[in-house]
Amino acid sequence: MKLTLKIWRQKNSEDKGKMVDYQLDDVSPDMSFLEMLDVLNDQLVGKGEEPVAFDHDCREGICGTCSLQINGKPHGPDSLVTTCQLHMRKFNDGDTVYIEPFRAKAFPVVKDLIVDRSAFDRIQHAGGYISVNTSGNTQDANAIPINKDDADKAFDAATCIGCGACVAACKNASAMLFVSAKVSQFALLPQGQVERERRAENMVAQMDAEGFGACTNTGACEAECPKGISLTNIARLNREFLGAKL
Amino acid sequence: MQIGSNFPAQIPEGPLADKWTNYKNKINLVNPANKRNIDVIVVGTGLAGGSAAATLAELGYNVKAFCYQDSPRRAHSIAAQGGINAAKNYQGDGDSTYRLFYDTVKGGDYRSREANVYRLAEVSANIIDQCVAQGVPFARDYGGLLDNRSFGGVLVSRTFYAKGQTGQQLLLGAYSAMNRQISRGKIKMYNRHEMLELVIVDGKARGIIARNLVTGEIERHSAHAVVIGSGGYGNVFFLSTNAMGSNVSASWKIYKKGAWFANPCFTQIHPTCIPVSGDHQSKLTLMSESLRNDGRIWVPKKMEDAEAIRAGKLKPTELKEEDRDYYLERRYPAFGNLVPRDVASRAAKERCDAGFGVNQTGEAVYLDFASAIERYGKEQAHIKGMDENDPAVYLKLGKDVIANKYGNLFQMYEKIVDQNPYETPMMIYPAVHYTMGGTWVDYNLMSTIPGCFVIGEANFSDHGANRLGASALMQGLADGYFVLPYTIGDYLSDDIRTGKIPTDSAEFDEAEKAVKDQLEKFINNKGSKSVDYFHKRLGKVMWDKVGMARNEQGLKEAIEEIKAIREEFYKDVKVPGGMNEYNEELAKAGRVADFLELGELFAKDALQREESCGGHFREEYQTEEGEAMRRPEFQYAAAWEYKGADQEPEMHKEDLVYKDIEVKERSYK
Ligand SMILES: Cc1cc2nc3c(=O)[nH]c(=O)nc-3n(C[C@H](O)[C@H](O)[C@H](O)COP(=O)(O)OP(=O)(O)OC[C@H]3O[C@@H](n4cnc5c(N)ncnc54)[C@H](O)[C@@H]3O)c2cc1C
Ligand code: SF4
Ligand code: FES
Repeated sequence: MKLTLKIWRQKNSEDKGKMVDYQLDDVSPDMSFLEMLDVLNDQLVGKGEEPVAFDHDCREGICGTCSLQINGKPHGPDSLVTTCQLHMRKFNDGDTVYIEPFRAKAFPVVKDLIVDRSAFDRIQHAGGYISVNTSGNTQDANAIPINKDDADKAFDAATCIGCGACVAACKNASAMLFVSAKVSQFALLPQGQVERERRAENMVAQMDAEGFGACTNTGACEAECPKGISLTNIARLNREFLGAKL
Repeated sequence: MQIGSNFPAQIPEGPLADKWTNYKNKINLVNPANKRNIDVIVVGTGLAGGSAAATLAELGYNVKAFCYQDSPRRAHSIAAQGGINAAKNYQGDGDSTYRLFYDTVKGGDYRSREANVYRLAEVSANIIDQCVAQGVPFARDYGGLLDNRSFGGVLVSRTFYAKGQTGQQLLLGAYSAMNRQISRGKIKMYNRHEMLELVIVDGKARGIIARNLVTGEIERHSAHAVVIGSGGYGNVFFLSTNAMGSNVSASWKIYKKGAWFANPCFTQIHPTCIPVSGDHQSKLTLMSESLRNDGRIWVPKKMEDAEAIRAGKLKPTELKEEDRDYYLERRYPAFGNLVPRDVASRAAKERCDAGFGVNQTGEAVYLDFASAIERYGKEQAHIKGMDENDPAVYLKLGKDVIANKYGNLFQMYEKIVDQNPYETPMMIYPAVHYTMGGTWVDYNLMSTIPGCFVIGEANFSDHGANRLGASALMQGLADGYFVLPYTIGDYLSDDIRTGKIPTDSAEFDEAEKAVKDQLEKFINNKGSKSVDYFHKRLGKVMWDKVGMARNEQGLKEAIEEIKAIREEFYKDVKVPGGMNEYNEELAKAGRVADFLELGELFAKDALQREESCGGHFREEYQTEEGEAMRRPEFQYAAAWEYKGADQEPEMHKEDLVYKDIEVKERSYK
């Protein structure tokens, strides 16, 4: 199939940036979206032009490196997938595809479609851990049985890949879904209890300091999250946070 | 030359089971106050590097950690699916440290170092305790206890897992331990930085040259020791299950500075990956080995059925049971679908080469869940008091069980292939997955460069000629959490009076200049072809001639062809953009340049190893039934020493001595 691509080009963080049009023929429906961009880039390099910079690594939906706002949607039109798992069979011959970086004040553009998501790391530094040293003397793993239901819920929350689609989807650019996933994982497990209140408080404080917006419960984050992280985690974070404040 | 003279493997004396304990009792320690004056560089923050960085920082060293991704949480370890082994014997099925040790040595076809493997098995149980304490949400049963599954090549259930995302959960555990130290200021994290050179001062590793991938700036970093945990080199094949950025460069730079590189030809081709779909393919996707717990592998028995399937005239679900060839169950009744990876991969290739492949290219076999869905469904129906003979009932219940176990893998498959694996069997084919070879290290995990340690997949490690499933995660975390923190302390105890290592020395000048020269060369090379063009060509030679089956003639040809591609690459590669900016093509050019050198050494290593063992299959050396023929004269690790750009590398042999395990023919029948 043939496509018209409208792609955001921005040389570096200082540059203003603009949309540029590209034509691409011979796109196979079996290609992934990023393989389609590989083909474009190969052609650009062939012509001596600079390829489009985009983030990617595992290309199987788990590392959270790829991003892209495709036709206005983070990770594109398909549900429960990342951009690297999106396939061109979701598009039609003759389509025009808009490709932009994730937009948020806390995610400044590095180049073209690449944004800086280090704010997410800094939120994790503020409390996304259980304080246990690697001594080799920790108690036996089966010493504390954990209710399967809680373990499963903790696991579901822990599958967040830190991609930032929730932020890009939200009109307030809120990071609540991301933060709530980590807070929930630990709040649901016995190991997480000791630091429970501090963790919620510190991570939320860092989230605010990074310039993410407030949550107004529109649910766009959940709808666009490639891992199906549930809004119930936000409700839990709110309880945790209030609990910490009381 | 034999290893043992100038670079002994440093294996402690005493009985196998006591070696590690004795060793720990005798090593030199660094007191906490002195640790504050010691800097350690860790290159790579996957499971190995991440766990090492966190633990060294907990101990009090100043750690500087580097990764090329934008966050440590994105290292390739994140993609590991199936699980992690540990000799916990929670299932009471006869597991023990010795059995894990035994399975690993046998699985590796008797090409690994006995003492290292025993230590690995010994610390494995601690890993699970540590991870659970960190909040890693492993799968549990209804009693709240940890669940296990089986992996290939073993007869016990010792694999701990978190659905199909075990690597993700373990890496996020190590990442959280790192975050705690980053917030304390004990780890300084350098994201989007690539190590491009090792700096040696007075014979010791004392720093690195790194490039900031965002600004392009070349930076000098010094330390008292350098730890490399940069992962494997499977991407030398271009197509592999590795992440796009996985590379050999860190290991290759230290090779060229004097660290021997061992067994480069030991590569694992994983039997269950999604087949190649076209020329645009950029990477291959694994379908976890855990699927072989429940999936049965088959091809049609009759050639005409295979042809009809390929032509789209027959569906696999229409083929009667007696017309299917469950070739693993047929050839290996004792282990069936759970034979080790090398055996399963070769068997798939054998059937496809014989013309029984089931996709358009003829390079795919089926992995079928129908009987597992039926079995689980009936079991559930029985438990729930429902009609266990009603297909509508048991199929639904059975699919739920399968979804609960492998849901994300099934979803991944469906997204890529556009077929529903709950309804029709998966199509799979072997793909490059893991590299057992790597930097040669002694018992201390130190390379032949003093002060340069290598951990995780990057070292030649514990897996011999073939790694068992779920053992890479175990090894990465064992190295980082429980082994290196001891061994590096012993080394650093000499450095308590050294003081900061200056970065304005001639050694740093020289290393930086070499890096800049190479980058400039790429930028100024006004060639006509992209980096990928050369990488794909290299990959094709590797797969065709140095892949699943190798022979003398093919290997000799490969060596010449790789040389030719390398020469052409330097003449004709085109790298757009500049040096002082984000430039992925430039980063790729450096990585491919190193792959083009490694590929040649890889083929040379395969050529000298005139035997078949594990993942290394030389067509000249096979039994009448087509099984690998190991030869006792090759019971050594081949460690290659770099001798200069136009010189032949020198091969050193480390003889592998097995005192506590009988070297037997490796049979899974
Ligand atoms: C799809 C898949 C599934 C797998 N499933 C399993 C499984 O179920 N069980 C199992 O045991 N094993 C599994 N494995 C194998 C296992 O995941 C890897 O062997 C292991 O994770 C490697 O860990 P590592 O820490 O050594 O390296 P990696 O996780 O690859 O980390 C490498 C690190 O080095 C950094 N780096 C690399 N080069 C440079 C450089 N030049 N400069 C700076 N930084 C650099 C990277 O940024 C990264 O941080 C799987 C592998 C794959 C591909
Ligand atoms: S919550 Fe979902 S969308 Fe947000 S970072 Fe995590 S995986 Fe991505
Ligand atoms: S590239 Fe890893 S999630 Fe897309």
